Amino acid sequence: MTSVTLTVNGTERSFEVEPRTLLVHALRDDLGLTGTNVGCDSSSCGACTVLVDGESAKACTMFTVQADGAEITTIEGIANADGTLHPMQQAFHEKHALQCGYCTPGMVMAAISLVEEYPGLDEDGVRHGLEGNLCRCTGYQNIVDAVLQAAGTGGD
Amino acid sequence: MTITESAPAAHVGSRRLRKEDPALLTGEAKFIDDLDLPGAVWVGVVRSTEAHAKIVGIDGSAALAIDGVTEVLSGDDLAPLWGEGALPCAWPVTPDMKNPPHLPVARGTAKYVGDAVAVVLADSRYAAADGAAAVVVDYEPLDAVVEIEDAVADGAALVHPDLESNECYTWGLWGDNAAAVDAAFAEATHVVTERYVQQRLIPAPMEPRGCAAVPSPAGGELTLYSATQIPHILKVMTSVVLGIGENKLRVVAPSVGGGFGCKLNVYAEEILCCALAQQRGAPVRWTESRAEAAVSTIQGRGQVQHIELAADSEGRLQAVRVKLLADMGAYLQLVTPGVPLLGGFLYHGCYHIPNYIFECKAVFTNRVPTDAYRGAGRPEATYAIERAMDSLAVAVGVAPEEIRSRNFIKAEDFPYESPPGLVFDSGDYHAVLDKAVSLANVAGRRAQAAQRRAAGSSKRIGVGFSSYVEMCGLAPSRVLASLAYGAGGWEAATVRISPTCKVQVVTGSTPHGQGHETCWSMIVADKLGIDPDDVEVLHSDTAISPTGLDTYGSRSLSVGGTAVFMATDKVIDKARSIAAHQLEANEDDLEFSGGVFRVRGTPEAEVPLAGVAFAAFTAHDLPDGMEPNLEAHVTYDPPNFTFPNGTHIAVVEVDTDTGNVDLIDYVAVDDCGVQINPLIVEGQVHGGILQGAAQALYEDAVYNSDGQLVTANLADYLVPSAVEAPRYRLENHVSPSPTNPMGVKGVGEAGTIASAPAVMNAVVDALRDLGVSNLEMPASPQTVWKAISQAQGGAS
Repeated sequence: MTSVTLTVNGTERSFEVEPRTLLVHALRDDLGLTGTNVGCDSSSCGACTVLVDGESAKACTMFTVQADGAEITTIEGIANADGTLHPMQQAFHEKHALQCGYCTPGMVMAAISLVEEYPGLDEDGVRHGLEGNLCRCTGYQNIVDAVLQAAGTGGD
Repeated sequence: MTITESAPAAHVGSRRLRKEDPALLTGEAKFIDDLDLPGAVWVGVVRSTEAHAKIVGIDGSAALAIDGVTEVLSGDDLAPLWGEGALPCAWPVTPDMKNPPHLPVARGTAKYVGDAVAVVLADSRYAAADGAAAVVVDYEPLDAVVEIEDAVADGAALVHPDLESNECYTWGLWGDNAAAVDAAFAEATHVVTERYVQQRLIPAPMEPRGCAAVPSPAGGELTLYSATQIPHILKVMTSVVLGIGENKLRVVAPSVGGGFGCKLNVYAEEILCCALAQQRGAPVRWTESRAEAAVSTIQGRGQVQHIELAADSEGRLQAVRVKLLADMGAYLQLVTPGVPLLGGFLYHGCYHIPNYIFECKAVFTNRVPTDAYRGAGRPEATYAIERAMDSLAVAVGVAPEEIRSRNFIKAEDFPYESPPGLVFDSGDYHAVLDKAVSLANVAGRRAQAAQRRAAGSSKRIGVGFSSYVEMCGLAPSRVLASLAYGAGGWEAATVRISPTCKVQVVTGSTPHGQGHETCWSMIVADKLGIDPDDVEVLHSDTAISPTGLDTYGSRSLSVGGTAVFMATDKVIDKARSIAAHQLEANEDDLEFSGGVFRVRGTPEAEVPLAGVAFAAFTAHDLPDGMEPNLEAHVTYDPPNFTFPNGTHIAVVEVDTDTGNVDLIDYVAVDDCGVQINPLIVEGQVHGGILQGAAQALYEDAVYNSDGQLVTANLADYLVPSAVEAPRYRLENHVSPSPTNPMGVKGVGEAGTIASAPAVMNAVVDALRDLGVSNLEMPASPQTVWKAISQAQGGAS
């Protein structure tokens, strides 16, 4: 077992993990943050996307020990303390950008990172930027519109 | 208060945002793998790596040496847990259908890659996975039959040697019509003969399957949590298979991350976890990995279709003859054999065809079973008739929209009795087609395509049509009986009004992304004159919603929603009696609007629903003999199916140099009857379209000749991303269904049913002048490029 310290959603957490423990399993099983979902085992679907030091990362293909000392933000950590949603969450709600909701946490985290990294993206840019996140329900159109709305670059 | 002020708020028909969203958007929602079950035993399943093999030995010693692995159990070890019980098939479509015993864990012989052959128990998910990988199984390979047509070839290897053939059943409709069909073909001016292949598809909801069985050893109760579409059906079936009294069994579907039909089943792992939990007195859980999902969860489609059309000189259809070969896989799951039959009623499409004959031969292969996948039989039927209609248009020399228009069932002919005897409820197929043609600017696109051709451009434009009608709202129970289905088709609902006038709706329908909570709230709120936020909708737990038949076949709204609608009416009727008593008026003189009962002509004599609800609760002064409280239950058995319809038009750009196909425009005009929430309808249509387009262009469960699945992960099995998805442009046409009081039809599968043929017809349209007249799905760059090369006489 190896000791790791992560700052997760602003709170420092130290715990022991097997060196091979994936970050997503540490978040879910050790820290009880089950909002981050596992959709595949090949980095293909993006359901497990979280922010590691502000950048999106697929938590199913990163060892927890690789994140030692990092700031991690998960879907549980982005709404305001009073319960109001993050603008990206709000845009997903308003644009009906989720149905079953399983891909949603990863999709929202990827979108937050995308918009931050590339302000002013157009529709094509959003589509390519989210290529690593799969959704089986929505056909993507409402997701794209939600991201454009949150980015302030379209989608009403 | 005046009547005008209290006019009912129309929530139905509005684009109300979903009440399901906040929990899903914040990570608060609990999916199956999120359940915290201290002390649970983790199950790892050892799956056959052979398509067909004798299991000679199972060596668990390496697995048992792994820290955390506690047991390795073979099919023989586990057999006493289920005795004679086998996984259920609820649809014996013919009396002589072959249904080989399907054990949760195989004994003796593995029949497909992915077949469970042993089980590892461990104290963590990692140890379970490590243990399953470390079990050494000694196989003696047997000849496997992989492809559908090979299964019926002379000398084919046998999936189940004791059955002496790979045939599962042969099912036909209107065999006595054969002579009339033959005569129509003999007299026809145009005959179209086509063969299409429905490749196997992996459903791939974003949440894989998973389940957990939690016993209460003292009382003998068992709770099964499962990522399922069908907690109610699963409860009955688990009870029957394992002999657990239904009074001792509770099934809960937590938040479910999509199903698309593949979670409409009773799976080995559910039975296994229940049996082990009961035996061990401890929680037992299993979570499917994506790699497992590809080989252990049912697949969709899997048919070879032969369709023939006979038409007169003007292209008016005289007869349709259909012969299917349908791939069951190695065993029959819950409704495996019935899926092709659901299509069997619809191979005549939206067209008036005097003579129709359909036959399906179902075969076993050494592959994971097939079963319902979004559309279940109807996408296959629509694909065949809509592709064939384009061939007929070419033969007759008219445009695709013209051949459709000439043959459509006419608006004035509804209700229309179809050749197989279904009564189509309502529609105006011509109006829908016209709307789509206009929205897609078909004339403009064709001009663009002609310009590109004339300029010798390698970027060809193609326009493809698909007009569909489908049957939803499964189903009238008596019709299901006539099809030998093992259950009814009703749905249940309870509506309760609390002392403070909040409303509780209990539905037997089981959502997994469709937005039931929002829509049921809107329906009830409008009827009661209250706010939808004052309605809670309970579902998916047999302890809370004991009666139900769950969610599949686009049935939720037209059957389950109708039950809610009717239960609300029943509550209002009771409230009316109480209000009349309170107002000292005759019930017949009361009107109810905006949540207030009033005596007609005496506006000041009124009582709000809240006053009635509280009076019903206190029961201090109710009419003689009346039970306290406002609550009503309805079980609704629909008198007919519903028949959504529409026309979709796909526009593609095909690169003749690379074979790449881009979907550059997609227009859908759908008639799903009255829409409760257009926002949710559009979402369903968007996702459905992409799922069908994915069959046309990307997805294929490819097996090699050894029966190995070579597209077993999401890197190889091409679920489309936002990059491949087109922008959808939707319009609708509303012809209310006369079958139910809200006039609704259903929309969950429409997009998928319509889109594959629209896209394929567009690709063929783009390439027809190059000599390409047919393509198999998926129209990958390689397939398209090869087809062009072959048509041009080049190398393949």
